[in-house]
Amino acid sequence: MTPYIFWFLSVWALFSALMMVTSRNPVYSVLWLISTFFAISGHYILLNAQFLAVVNIIVYAGAIMVLFLFVIMLMNLNKETEPQKNRWLKLVGALAGGCLLLVLVAALTDAELKSQQAMVGAGSIGLIKVLGKELFTRYVVPFEISSLLFLSAMVGAAVIGKKEITHQNS
Amino acid sequence: MPINYYLFLSLALFTIGMVGVLTRRNAIIIFMCIELMLNAVNLLLVAFSKMHHLKNLALNASVGTDGQLFVFFIMVVAAAEVSVGLAIIVMMYRNIHSVDIQFLNRLKH
Repeated sequence: MTPYIFWFLSVWALFSALMMVTSRNPVYSVLWLISTFFAISGHYILLNAQFLAVVNIIVYAGAIMVLFLFVIMLMNLNKETEPQKNRWLKLVGALAGGCLLLVLVAALTDAELKSQQAMVGAGSIGLIKVLGKELFTRYVVPFEISSLLFLSAMVGAAVIGKKEITHQNS
Repeated sequence: MPINYYLFLSLALFTIGMVGVLTRRNAIIIFMCIELMLNAVNLLLVAFSKMHHLKNLALNASVGTDGQLFVFFIMVVAAAEVSVGLAIIVMMYRNIHSVDIQFLNRLKH
């Protein structure tokens, strides 16, 4: 059963990602990216990383993508206003990406990892209890630093986003 | 599952994100492609943490939690990055009334 779920989720993720890149309408791109995030969350559940699956849905699909959607709707972007690169640049970009994939796959196909297995559907390291215990003992300093990072990001977003008063008067 | 499958899935997702960055001109879409690349890396980190866990299960029952906490911190940084990045894009839209990155050429001068 597990391989079928794996292949289903993989095809779902890749298809959604491709549709995200190729959609003309930015709103559709956002929706396809949310679909990709759900597929990746499915992979996390398959790997029994339940905490990350939930956080991925809440933080990425819930918060970050809604922010993107708000900004796109605020700017009233749609298919007509979407800027397009010319065909050759697109072709070259796709070719460069394909070359990167080719090189990486060729380099990694006969790596040592071939016989290694990822533990699927078992193991308790992905549970909230275990991760929480680790997060608040060994990783408590990075955790606190990340709160500072959030504070600075919040202040930065407010400072960047506010209108300049001198500009408004002139 | 063999770790190879996760490796290639993540590589494919990462490459799709990179092709998106190279071929699109809308700044918001490029930003979303960067998020996709971060997610591909996250998936690979989780798969590797489970591989490590399976391999060293006998030594230590909680081996491999580091990888998953790393993913958590990547998500934290991504959330902070998105808030600042979207603020910059909104400001850019306010100034040049477009999100086309072609207009950002003037940053060179």
